[in-house]
Amino acid sequence: MFTPHTDSEREEMLRVIGVRKLDDLFADVPIKLRFPNLELPPAFTEIEARMQMEELAGANETAHDLACFLGAGAYYHYTPAAVDAIIRRGEFLTAYTPYQPEVSQGTLQAVFEFQSLIANLTGMDVSNASHYDGATATAEAAVMAYHHFRGKRTRFILSPSLNPQYREVVKTYMGGYENINLAGENLDPLCQPDDLASLLDDNTALLIVQYPDFFGRIFDFTALIEKAHQFGALVAVAVNPMSLGVLKTPGAMGADIAVGEGQSLGLPLSFGGPYLGFFATKKEYVRKIAGRLVGETADAEGRRGYVLTLTAREQHIRREKATSNICTNQGLMALATTVYMSLLGKHGLKQLANLCYQKAHYAAEQISKLDGYSVVSQRPFFHEFVVKCPKPVDEINWHLLDHDILGGYDLGQDYPSLAGHMLIAVTEMVSKDEIDALCEALEEVNNG
Amino acid sequence: MAEPTIYEISSQDRIGFRFPACDVPETALPEGLIRDELPMPEVSELDVIRHFTNLSRLNYSIDSGYYPLGSCTMKYNPKINEEVARLPGFAFSHPLQPVETVQGNLAMMYELQLWLAEICGMAGVTLQPAAGAQGEYTGVLIIRAYHHSRGDLKRTKMLIPDSAHGTNPATSAMSGFEVVGITTDATGNVDLDALKAVLDDTVAGLMLTNPNTLGLFDQNVEEVIRLVHEAGGLVYGDGANLNALLGIVRPGDLGFDIMHFNLHKTFSTPHGGGGPGSGPVGVAKHLVDFLPFPLVGIIEEGDEETPPLYGFVRPEKTIGRMKSFHGQFGMMVRAYNYISMHGPDGLRDIAESAVLNANYLLARLRNTYNVPFDRICMHEFVMEGHLDDAPDVHALDIAKRLMDYDFHPPTNYFPLIVHEALMIEPTETENKQTLDRFADVLIKIAEEARTNPDLLHTAPHHTPVGRLDEVRAAKELVLCCWLPDKI
Amino acid sequence: MNIPTNLKYTNTDEWVLVDGNTATIGVTDHAQEQLSDVVFVEITVNVGDKLAKKTTIATVESVKAAADVNLPVSGKVIAINEDLPQTPELVNTDPYGKAWMIKVELDNPAELDALMDAAGYEKHTKE
Repeated sequence: MFTPHTDSEREEMLRVIGVRKLDDLFADVPIKLRFPNLELPPAFTEIEARMQMEELAGANETAHDLACFLGAGAYYHYTPAAVDAIIRRGEFLTAYTPYQPEVSQGTLQAVFEFQSLIANLTGMDVSNASHYDGATATAEAAVMAYHHFRGKRTRFILSPSLNPQYREVVKTYMGGYENINLAGENLDPLCQPDDLASLLDDNTALLIVQYPDFFGRIFDFTALIEKAHQFGALVAVAVNPMSLGVLKTPGAMGADIAVGEGQSLGLPLSFGGPYLGFFATKKEYVRKIAGRLVGETADAEGRRGYVLTLTAREQHIRREKATSNICTNQGLMALATTVYMSLLGKHGLKQLANLCYQKAHYAAEQISKLDGYSVVSQRPFFHEFVVKCPKPVDEINWHLLDHDILGGYDLGQDYPSLAGHMLIAVTEMVSKDEIDALCEALEEVNNG
Repeated sequence: MAEPTIYEISSQDRIGFRFPACDVPETALPEGLIRDELPMPEVSELDVIRHFTNLSRLNYSIDSGYYPLGSCTMKYNPKINEEVARLPGFAFSHPLQPVETVQGNLAMMYELQLWLAEICGMAGVTLQPAAGAQGEYTGVLIIRAYHHSRGDLKRTKMLIPDSAHGTNPATSAMSGFEVVGITTDATGNVDLDALKAVLDDTVAGLMLTNPNTLGLFDQNVEEVIRLVHEAGGLVYGDGANLNALLGIVRPGDLGFDIMHFNLHKTFSTPHGGGGPGSGPVGVAKHLVDFLPFPLVGIIEEGDEETPPLYGFVRPEKTIGRMKSFHGQFGMMVRAYNYISMHGPDGLRDIAESAVLNANYLLARLRNTYNVPFDRICMHEFVMEGHLDDAPDVHALDIAKRLMDYDFHPPTNYFPLIVHEALMIEPTETENKQTLDRFADVLIKIAEEARTNPDLLHTAPHHTPVGRLDEVRAAKELVLCCWLPDKI
Repeated sequence: MNIPTNLKYTNTDEWVLVDGNTATIGVTDHAQEQLSDVVFVEITVNVGDKLAKKTTIATVESVKAAADVNLPVSGKVIAINEDLPQTPELVNTDPYGKAWMIKVELDNPAELDALMDAAGYEKHTKE
């Protein structure tokens, strides 16, 4: 379909190579296995393929068609048109990793700006060029802490209000190391920072908390982080970057590492990916970061330019001694969020975070007035909160779908003690009318 | 002329984007939890568009020119894929929606799992891994879990040929294995004697790239796999070079137990300046139960009138979750569309054309540059970027000089087993005229190397910046353009 | 290439200066040439550590390569070069002097016999 040769060109090329026919190029492939008959549908033209994809896409009902109150780690936000206009430019879209800096300054400077924006947003000193998503960035924090202590500290405390999928991925990533002790799972999911402090000891390498946490709650972790530092442990804060339009930063609380999911910065939901992991830390840990870093420098004529730097830490040089195997990251998604953060800027990011906060608090207030429902999250929370429901959450959600509402997340799936509890997220994409409609529908289920 | 940074074009109180006014009664933000300042740029939409458009023009890309970067498969990325990935039904679906509301997504993923399994002769496929390196990690964890599930705890070694990508040893070490190197023989195959010498019951597996990083199909591949299996090990296939094998041979038929795919190489999803990738993993029958969760499966069979209900399933002995949600879904949409537009014959044409192009370039260049393992290659080949009669000129100089002729350089200094390596992968989407122009320029550069080596040492001359001072970058470590407490 | 005759060498490019029961360890001129511009040195052991032969004591990085420095003999660390991480370029400019890495008190001086002398090392570097 996308191969250009004409028959005569092919003949000419084979002649130059010195073989008679195409098949002669595959003489090294065992003959009995050569040219298998693949059972795949015959080729579509672009017109047919597009129709097929439209049909598949059309079989979904999405956040776009419904009033979306579902979050739990992926959030429906508006993506300004400018973001897509930039990331669709072939010069960004179809470039490789910038290993040749002279012809990659566009990508390199964009990554440098991404690093700067993330560092400023999180209040940290340095950021890398990205990870696959929030979960793997969190897991890389655990791996970094393990190597920071050269394997001598083996306890990793994961707050029970850390996104359960992040916990699972940390567990997978730490599976290759000996004698790792992952603590925190047995605490009450809605526990307080003090409960986590009681788990710290001299063997703790890393404490991981989430902010706002999986249930939307916000705590000032300053005292907890100080306590962890007294034990010599590192602290990673998994943060929703959008919330930092108004909230105090992990850096200001003293965190050693800030990681998170960048999807809320203008990336479409896209059924879970591609998203964006970010990883920021203090200056003293810069050499322990996995993944790529872009640094500023100059050429022989003194012109400013950017290069991939500290590459000697990475897998292609250190091979089995590298602490991570990451190479391809989420370059284009980092670019999208760089455009998004630039466009919204100081004013827009603050306005957005405030809008989400206000709408969520209005929704919580209204739901708390309904018979049978109670808002379990104490304040302060950000844009997500826990509601105890009078009926099973999936039953309620089916009813909400009839009213064109995508209901919240069923917490019973991950936390048996929270069966019948729904996690509701509210963003700028729902209006007051839609929140009121949600309340009406919730009331109807209880009465029905 | 350098493009300023986004902070340098910022102007206090300039607005780039407005949200609607708040339509609910406002409540106070939580005291003590509010940040002091928000050091973000203040720019207009035009400022943003012009800034990033100017930056884009400093990049080389497939859309603008020839990009024969070995091992990276820089083929054309069809524009229709970008269109379909943005269809609202895909782009706005939330990963945690009830499965009944996302049957379009799940049907597509289910079919893509089957198609990839068919293309590679594997029994099961997970789409979850985020990139090739994470696919490898998934695969190696599966190898570990397989041996452990049989109570076989003594297999602590992973065998890796010296021509492997750096990710292979790094992945093995992350998974707790000791890495044992295997040498390459004079014809570019795995050295069978070296392999036999280390095979015993402590070997967990072998990670093999085939075609290997020399671009050669291992002539002993079946024997290599047989030997590893005989010793009780599993064989992992690095799928980075799958472009050469589509419709030519299926790794599963060759005996590979497990392999990863790079959707961003073989199946044309764009590289995006360094990602996103997507690294599905296929496994043979005996490993299906170890795949990461969730997999897409049929949770209620359909009949003549109703389609089946697709949902998520958890393999019995799963190694766990590799990332959030279900993988790089947007990349799967593109790959699915790409396979749809090729069918079985089109896939075979990809591999045949890629191999034809590589051999054509090799034929045009072998009289000018030394090719250490010179035989019919697959989709790429490796030559020395060093000429006997131009001793001071190195592969790096030739690579940089190519930029002056508006070509992206090949991969250089890899694989490590070739001195001054230049690794050239033309891909199937380039026409003969482009290949001829590229060969002509490389021949001309060889002449320049002899007559005017300084021209190469100081190259590139026509790029936005010249060679950059990497030592300064690493020593000064300026990693952010503006931090408020640092000014 | 500079190969002082008063030192002992390993085939992984470390040098050892013996003074009584104390050994000083660093990397050779040949090693720094191979690495090119060194931008980072991290000494990964502490004074007081009792170390076995072949323990990794430091990591050296240039922009293109990284190398571990291994202890050629077993012993107890009695000093480390605290200044070196701040001035990694000393590995290039003064590998046998200011770029020393650690000093150890030897456990077993007989281990020194297994090391190469200058002539042996020079031959090794040409192989």
